[in-house]
Amino acid sequence: MTTRIVELRQGILKKNDELARGLRKQFTAAGVLVLNLVSSPGTGKTAFLERTLRTLRQSGAKAAALVGDLETDNDARRLAASGVPVRQINTHGICHLEAEMVGKHLEGWELGALDYLFIENVGNLVCPSSYDLGEKIRVALLSVTEGEDKPLKYPTLFNSADAAVITKMDIAEAVEFDRETALRNINEIRPGIRIFETSAKAGTGMTEWTDYLKEQRGQRS
Amino acid sequence: MHELSIVMSVVEQVTETLTARPELLSDGARVKEVRLRVGALAAVVEDSLQFCYGIASEGTALAGSALVIRLLPVVMHCARCDADVELETVQSFRCPRCGEPMGDLRQGRELEIESIEIEDAEEAVKE
Repeated sequence: MTTRIVELRQGILKKNDELARGLRKQFTAAGVLVLNLVSSPGTGKTAFLERTLRTLRQSGAKAAALVGDLETDNDARRLAASGVPVRQINTHGICHLEAEMVGKHLEGWELGALDYLFIENVGNLVCPSSYDLGEKIRVALLSVTEGEDKPLKYPTLFNSADAAVITKMDIAEAVEFDRETALRNINEIRPGIRIFETSAKAGTGMTEWTDYLKEQRGQRS
Repeated sequence: MHELSIVMSVVEQVTETLTARPELLSDGARVKEVRLRVGALAAVVEDSLQFCYGIASEGTALAGSALVIRLLPVVMHCARCDADVELETVQSFRCPRCGEPMGDLRQGRELEIESIEIEDAEEAVKE
């Protein structure tokens, strides 16, 4: 049987990766710090982001947000109440955001006028890990109600994250959240990662978080 | 969940190559296999890729071809051992030899089309 092997050696997501590289260049040139927020549905990404946007706005920083959702614009409406520019990306069934969607929704925004751009991904801990959106910082969020072993169950996402945020700390005691185990599991999967223990409701940990954002923005890369 | 879109990208990219290089499928040759390299941290499920491939390749030049997936383990660089070490599990990113936490990933996120295998026509008929 005559067969021939033709080497291709190409990335399956190369189109997304190329677009993401282009976006990253654009973001760096504009001096805007871009973060990609990833978690399960219900972790409290939107509440955490609302609080972050409000805190940044009060400190005089200019922030904006893109928010991914399958069908609704509920999150965008909630976030817009923080008084910053917000745009909704409806993926219509697609379980993650892609660089192309981000690029399209940035049209008309002057990136140079922004200090921070937050991209709230679709609630999903699997698929978003494969798609680079051109962000500088990927944030994995985990709430105290989700189980301390979540990082072990979703190592791909936690291993690719640059920072981890634990949300809903105000109810940690009531749900018997095992803090030590959660921190240990995050560190097993991503040794040395910065971890923020927060409550969007009580404001816990928000100063550490926004200090981190300022510090990261200062480090131009 | 995103395996279908990944497999559709595979079909699209291979089809682009075949269109750009028509000599590859001259004289009735056909694609027998499409070979992928998939890292243990690529966040895709092999069975699901296989299931979706049949659907995605239907009606294309890849119809009837097999998807062959080579799974790659995670390889990290251990600073203390000054060596690349393979992880048997992705439940801990500590060096299996010395216990040092490791952050320097050398292999494991691959999601690549490695090659295609093409079978010539006469041979295919004899089969």
